[in-house]
Amino acid sequence: MLRKIRRLLIPLLGLWLAACGQTQETTLANGLRVIVKEDHRSPVVVSQIWYRVGSQDEPERSTGISHVLEHMMFKGTAQHGPNEFSRIIAENGGRENAFTSYDYTAYFQQLEKSRLPISFELEADRMQNLTLADEEFRREIRVVMEERRWRTDDQPEAVVQEKFMTTAYQAHPYRHPVIGWMTDLEAMTSKQLRDWYGRWYTPSNAILVVVGDVAPKEVIEQAKKYFGPVPARPVERPKEVVEPEQKSERRVRVAVPAEVPYVLMGYHVPVHTSVGHGSNVADWEPYALSVLTGILDGGQAARFERELVRDKKLAAAVDIDYSAVARSPGMLMIDATPANGHNVAELEQAIRAQIERIKREPVTDEELKRVKAQVVASNVFSRDSVFYQAMQIGRLAAVGLDWRMLDDYADKLKAVTAEQVQTVARKYLVDTNLTVAVLDPLPMAKGQRRMPRPQGGGDVR
Amino acid sequence: MFGKSLAFLGLLFMSVAASAGPKIHHWTLENGARVYFVETHELPMLQIRAVFDAGSSRDPVGKSGLARLTSSMLDEGAGNLSADDIAGQFEGLGAEFGAGADRDMATVDLRSLSDAALLDPALDLYAKILTAPSFPAASLERQRQQVLVALQKDMQSPGAVADKTFYRELYGDHPYAHDPLGDVAGVKAITREDLLTHYRSYYVGANAWLVIVGDASKRQARKIAERTVGQLPAGRAALPIPLVRMLYSPLQKQVAFPATQTHIMLGQTGMRRGDPDYFPLYVGNYILGGGGLVSRLSTEVREKQGLSYSVYSYFLPLRKAGPMIVGLQTKNAQRDQALKLVRKVISDFVATGPTEDELNAAKKHITGGFPLRLDSNAKIAENLAVIAFYDLPLTYLDDFIPSVEAVTVEQIRKAFRQRVHPNQMVTVVVGAGR
Repeated sequence: MLRKIRRLLIPLLGLWLAACGQTQETTLANGLRVIVKEDHRSPVVVSQIWYRVGSQDEPERSTGISHVLEHMMFKGTAQHGPNEFSRIIAENGGRENAFTSYDYTAYFQQLEKSRLPISFELEADRMQNLTLADEEFRREIRVVMEERRWRTDDQPEAVVQEKFMTTAYQAHPYRHPVIGWMTDLEAMTSKQLRDWYGRWYTPSNAILVVVGDVAPKEVIEQAKKYFGPVPARPVERPKEVVEPEQKSERRVRVAVPAEVPYVLMGYHVPVHTSVGHGSNVADWEPYALSVLTGILDGGQAARFERELVRDKKLAAAVDIDYSAVARSPGMLMIDATPANGHNVAELEQAIRAQIERIKREPVTDEELKRVKAQVVASNVFSRDSVFYQAMQIGRLAAVGLDWRMLDDYADKLKAVTAEQVQTVARKYLVDTNLTVAVLDPLPMAKGQRRMPRPQGGGDVR
Repeated sequence: MFGKSLAFLGLLFMSVAASAGPKIHHWTLENGARVYFVETHELPMLQIRAVFDAGSSRDPVGKSGLARLTSSMLDEGAGNLSADDIAGQFEGLGAEFGAGADRDMATVDLRSLSDAALLDPALDLYAKILTAPSFPAASLERQRQQVLVALQKDMQSPGAVADKTFYRELYGDHPYAHDPLGDVAGVKAITREDLLTHYRSYYVGANAWLVIVGDASKRQARKIAERTVGQLPAGRAALPIPLVRMLYSPLQKQVAFPATQTHIMLGQTGMRRGDPDYFPLYVGNYILGGGGLVSRLSTEVREKQGLSYSVYSYFLPLRKAGPMIVGLQTKNAQRDQALKLVRKVISDFVATGPTEDELNAAKKHITGGFPLRLDSNAKIAENLAVIAFYDLPLTYLDDFIPSVEAVTVEQIRKAFRQRVHPNQMVTVVVGAGR
């Protein structure tokens, strides 16, 4: 993915000037939520359906099942044979795909606007009539194992990221990779998938998001026509596992054949869903954490690039990742590659010193102004992509947040003070809340084949 | 990002397109730079891309990586401004700056809000970077080290190893053979003088194109062009790069690599931009391996056999003949089986061509999805840059759908038979063997 862009967008996730009245929401009688946003710049439409099931809902020994089901969703219903979904969308000029994360599974089509009903008809069909044939499953599970090898097993940094998550989380299922452990994939059956599908794929567990050159009223009528007849079925969601307080620093070393050392550090932090229900997390804290990531890593002028890369020349690369939009409390993660002539220990110390400085000294007005200017601009830039606008709405809704928070998201970020940044740093970026994973490169002897068993994370598609 | 299918590989090839495309204003500056402007006022933003014939195919022998390093050094200093000044000013305005180089082009991008109070200073800074980069020696050393680390990282990626090996074997001593990032010896040998020479030779009006898309009037766009790229000396257009020689015998290269999967790439030289067979090859490739999950390769290798997560083919048309590439990854034990199957799918397609049904489905996809190629300022700018740099007609986007509709089964069959030679391909296999 494009690193540079990602870095700018992270602190600003979920931002844009959602002009009120442009977005409409309704809920069908069977519980399906429908959200429609108008964007009339081009005669196109994106349709996304988000199911509120992801890897965090998976029991032990069934890891990866949400993602395998995502693959199987293309394998046919009573009415449409295997891959016919893709063929029909393709013949209508559409682009389609799907992705699975810790918190949700989503499917999308991008189409010329008049073809929207085609997508609705097909999605409504596979919401209720999936075949899940044994033979198709046996082939597709092999494709998923190839995906795991490609995405994780043969990528040293992905192996470290997987190991990091199992270390930072001891109880919460975020400790399992979205793509699943290879042993679980090997043991998976089509019976398990049928149960998983029956349990989670119902209208009341789904959100339909449509953005484009459409009239909301018509879209809602079409949604009623195609999704309305899908029978309602309640979803029972077990009580969420709460990760116990960490209380001591954790470290893990991963030794795999690799060329370049790498370190990944992370602190448990709250997200927007952590606010309320009697928690001690203030509404502004996730915003302050987003601003903090912008101060450290919001571009070439931010502290990491300026000081660790350009001035001290300790890092060849250093990035922060924090997403305030998640169903369960998340991680503020920093990953880095040392510059030639330096090692991960020095780099880790320098990063920790940066964190200490944030706690010790208030960030400057100039830095705050810079982050806020980026927020304002990014707000406009993000509206250039119809697809991204739908992503923003869908992610919020899928993790249980109100998409209307986009309306004042920019204002809330702009309201963050230097003091608040310092407060969240002191509260969360502490050593007893820190996990550090280090890649120890083993020699990559030619022809030698020794990749230990797996590890990975993030969205898997 | 793309889970079910690597659809973006198709997009690489398709990146130029459009139907009733946007209205393109085109003019030439005094220094020879050609300007392409599309006016869109829906969003208060402006996107600018300067393009130079200054890609890695211009790297001197022994200095591979020079074009890329030059572009990444542009914002390290300009006039009396330091890297910190430049970054601080751009980001304080909310503007985004970026520069890069592939095999053909070097690009310098700016995205800014169109509010004059923000746009004006951003344009001043952008102009300064284009016209007066200072290439500080200390920055060069640091950037050099960063590239060396990136090169080292590539060595732990089987995909990157396969890609570099493929281009090297396919292109031999042609400048397309080396990776734009460069190689260790080349990057170590590059001097500040080399950067200056590269910059002075190629970042000139006669070698420049400028794309402007967004919230500006034509008059404003004229001024923007003049105060940025218009300030460069006229210079001279770069000389043509050498023709690509076809390979007439197959070549197989195996690289041992500690991984669970084997990465396979096979292919040959394909076509240049503007090639008369462009549309038959493009539409034909959609059927063979460009069409995500519905292509022949994906159907046979992934859907029917479960051998690979991603399997694809594409032509990458460049100034001279770019490659045609077929790629996949599979667990080591399935390597021979997968390779055999892929070869069979290619040979069958070349031997018999597509069916009428396949062609109809392909046309429906390509024409029906045409609006998706132009649904943002960013995509319009990318398309314009390709039209500009490769000197495609201004009506290219308008002609696109009729050109696709006109393709026949016979044209595809003929073009593939004449141009694609399954028995003369380069095959690169990176993995642990058995």
